[in-house]
Amino acid sequence: MDRAWISRGLERAPFWKFLLWLTPWFGLLAFGLYGAGLCLIEGLNQTNMDNRFAFGIWIFLDLAVIALGAGAFFTGFLLYILKRHELKAVINSAVVLGLICYSGAVAVLAVDVGQPLRAWFTFWHPNVHSMLTEVTFCITCYLIVLSIEYVPLLLKNRRVRRIPAFLVFEFELHKVMPVLAGIGTLLSFFHQGSLGGLYGVLQGRPFAFREGIAIWPSTFFLFILSAIAAGPSFLLLVTWAVQKITRHELVKKSAFTFLGRVSGTLLVLYVMLKALDTLWWINSTTPSMGFQAHEFYAWRPFGTWILFSEIIVFGLLPALVLLSRRLREKPAWLIPAAVLVCCGVALNRFVMTIQTLALPTLPFDQFMTYWPSWQEVATFLAVVAYGVILYSVSYRYLNLFPHEKEAAAEKFTSVRLAA
Amino acid sequence: MSDIKKPQTKPSRLGMVIDIDKCNGCGSCMVACAVENNVPPVPQAAGERKAITWLKVYRVSNGQEFPNHRTVFIPVSCQQCGTHTPCVSVCPQQAVDVDPQTGVVGQMPERCLGCRYCMAACPYHARYFNWWDPVWPAGMEKALNPAVSPRMRGVVEKCNFCHGRYHAARAKAAAEGRTELAPGEYLPACAEACPTGAIKFGDLADQGSEVSQMASGEQAFRLLESLGTESKVYYLTRQPWVRQLAATPLKNGREEKHG
Repeated sequence: MDRAWISRGLERAPFWKFLLWLTPWFGLLAFGLYGAGLCLIEGLNQTNMDNRFAFGIWIFLDLAVIALGAGAFFTGFLLYILKRHELKAVINSAVVLGLICYSGAVAVLAVDVGQPLRAWFTFWHPNVHSMLTEVTFCITCYLIVLSIEYVPLLLKNRRVRRIPAFLVFEFELHKVMPVLAGIGTLLSFFHQGSLGGLYGVLQGRPFAFREGIAIWPSTFFLFILSAIAAGPSFLLLVTWAVQKITRHELVKKSAFTFLGRVSGTLLVLYVMLKALDTLWWINSTTPSMGFQAHEFYAWRPFGTWILFSEIIVFGLLPALVLLSRRLREKPAWLIPAAVLVCCGVALNRFVMTIQTLALPTLPFDQFMTYWPSWQEVATFLAVVAYGVILYSVSYRYLNLFPHEKEAAAEKFTSVRLAA
Repeated sequence: MSDIKKPQTKPSRLGMVIDIDKCNGCGSCMVACAVENNVPPVPQAAGERKAITWLKVYRVSNGQEFPNHRTVFIPVSCQQCGTHTPCVSVCPQQAVDVDPQTGVVGQMPERCLGCRYCMAACPYHARYFNWWDPVWPAGMEKALNPAVSPRMRGVVEKCNFCHGRYHAARAKAAAEGRTELAPGEYLPACAEACPTGAIKFGDLADQGSEVSQMASGEQAFRLLESLGTESKVYYLTRQPWVRQLAATPLKNGREEKHG
């Protein structure tokens, strides 16, 4: 039914099967949109956030999703700027993933603010001292860059490229791709950093506050580093999962191991700096603010185990696995290590958002707990569903993995020869 | 270009001194604050953590058993931070500012996006979000203060030392040809309502003022002073355990229940 839209040489499931796959995701999307709609129409009283827990699951997941989406800009940077051509195999997929992560996060943010129609005020009355201003500007600009980067993929569709003007436009867009990759890299570095800065600058929250260089707290740099370490791992995981689901060879094994190596190298650097930063925070920053770091971990369930997990279990351990050539070439090691990296970056974002707000600051205040309402969970599930739908449609109709066609042709030839 | 000149007035540093030993936790200050500033009630089912209380009285104990058990009441509102004002620097759209003339930290609900970053930044938990549309029980809207605009759903608000009263006092002074306010001419509602006189208000920059002298006494302290926020709300107590509690955050605190 939709054969004319699918590239020649690519094997795709029948249309009815594709619709069957999408149906539950559309159901989840509708459910999530209902939850989000309630929040927009009735107000944020639909959430379990409150005056103490001013941020909840949305901010935590937004930060995590944006960190995982860093694979898009970092792959672009490695491919177009550092000329690592191994990554050509996954760049299209990285762009789609980045677009999903960033657009999803922005959509959730629009529900999360009390007056979404005033979002433009940040551009009209910007407070240049606020990290959130930097985040807003950079994410908006980068989302535009990602959308432009997605256009050539659309224009390469078998049916669309029949229109000569689109073909020319796509060719011209390709010429500016390195420039866009450069702009995207700059914007992304800044907003990943600013997201870390959001918490690092909170002098009133000694658990999150960090000293740093010039106007940037150390979390600014640590967020960049953790995001560019986790981004390739997430890209690797998604590509591996798509390969398993579709049962098609999408990229060469070397692409997986290269992504693993990049992730491991950056992660080991991150773990070292994170450990140093934590030591400085324990011994210098918190005492200078009248607090003792160990007191922050006296509130259950957020004991020191969380710090240990973040640095060792989800940091050092996967970093060592990914750095070992012998281990990363075995999927049984590579995939769990990549999962640990992604969980680690999510845990770090959880600590910075949820744990920070749970801890009291006033000497007579209480430790607070928070559990999201179904509307909050549903809104986020809508983003997951949206992501799966957009990725599925992109995979079916756009040529996300250039190697797939070659692999299919080789398979076809070998089957013919065997026959 | 307009040649209208603003009257030159001496910058002040408006602040409060709260004598904890005099506070009996009656809550008059909280009620007066809510009435003065048109703070809407929240739906009955809503928990305390979603309620708006620009001024909140904490009941704090020393955690010891009878006969050594001691309890104090600590009213906490926006502490009107001086330097490193945590909320001002984080607001992405300049909806929070410090009035250079009075030192009061102001909130502009009309410009607020409702991102709540300022609430996360405030160490005193003194900022409140409008989780609902402001609705008053039938008939009660007639008792609203016409000098203060109610805030809409989805924006943050907090104590501003009753800026409606400040503007009224300035307007009165201007009508009388004065550029300066006389001491005591303007008082926030909480200070006026306190039956024990525990809340004193005035200009901390005026060394001769009562608040300035009280704030510089040995019994005075500020909450979370080690954070360097230079807040303009001081507390007084003769009880060493209360001062010690304030000086060592996270260690000795025992909040019994909110007043």
